[in-house]
Amino acid sequence: MAEALAFYTLSVLILGLAVAVITTPNTVHSVVFLVLNFLCVAVLYVFLQAEFLAVIQVLVYAGGIVVLYLFVVMLVNLGRSPEEHQDPRRLGLIGLGLSGAVLLELAGIIAYSYTREQSPPVTAAQASPVQGNIEELGWLLYTDYLIPFEVASVLLLVAMVGAIVLARRES
Amino acid sequence: MMEITPAHYTILSAALFSVGLIGVLVRRNIIIIFMAIELMLNAVNINLVAYANEVENLVGQVFVVFVIAVAAAEAAVGLGIILALFRNKETVNIDEMNVMRS
Repeated sequence: MAEALAFYTLSVLILGLAVAVITTPNTVHSVVFLVLNFLCVAVLYVFLQAEFLAVIQVLVYAGGIVVLYLFVVMLVNLGRSPEEHQDPRRLGLIGLGLSGAVLLELAGIIAYSYTREQSPPVTAAQASPVQGNIEELGWLLYTDYLIPFEVASVLLLVAMVGAIVLARRES
Repeated sequence: MMEITPAHYTILSAALFSVGLIGVLVRRNIIIIFMAIELMLNAVNINLVAYANEVENLVGQVFVVFVIAVAAAEAAVGLGIILALFRNKETVNIDEMNVMRS
């Protein structure tokens, strides 16, 4: 029951955010919806016992690829003329409110850490081993799939060089 | 209805893939098209992970790692191409990007 509820909620979120990505006229909003979509897919991976992939999804997709997209959107931003800029003071107020919320949260964390009772330090024997299948996945990647793994790293190197060459300004 | 089977994940994956495909085919902004391609890759990954979980075999997850690596490479090169095209033609509309057409 709980699993079904979580699955349907995530499905609705993933599909709705995907539709938002391709329908929003503003490209920056589209990128933000894409980040949320990737995060929802990462949660789905956790449900499917693929914790390592969930971490990779957040780090590589939501952290790396989307930042790249945001950079390019900012570099080629055409859609907004200078007259359409919104009142900077209003956005400043929102930013002020958000910073205040973060400040309150940090203060709450610090206050909580001072008020709760001191728990005994965790020794190495007590610490539970890492949950999930990272060890088995790493074993597979470095034994049976070693050659594809190395090819993938060479591919990333080539892509990096290619991206630098393409984006370089010819003088 | 209450039990989640791989069929549910396949339906979700197919729907997500279709949304991405619509984005690729309908939108004219090349950056949106690239994001739609990422959505389609994600749909494939969901399928692979769901069936890897069903048959309790990790090879599906290994493939997802490779798909993510290729997607990262594709994004880097593709965005470099977008930047180079934008520098030449001052547009992100793919209808105007026809320099290779004879």
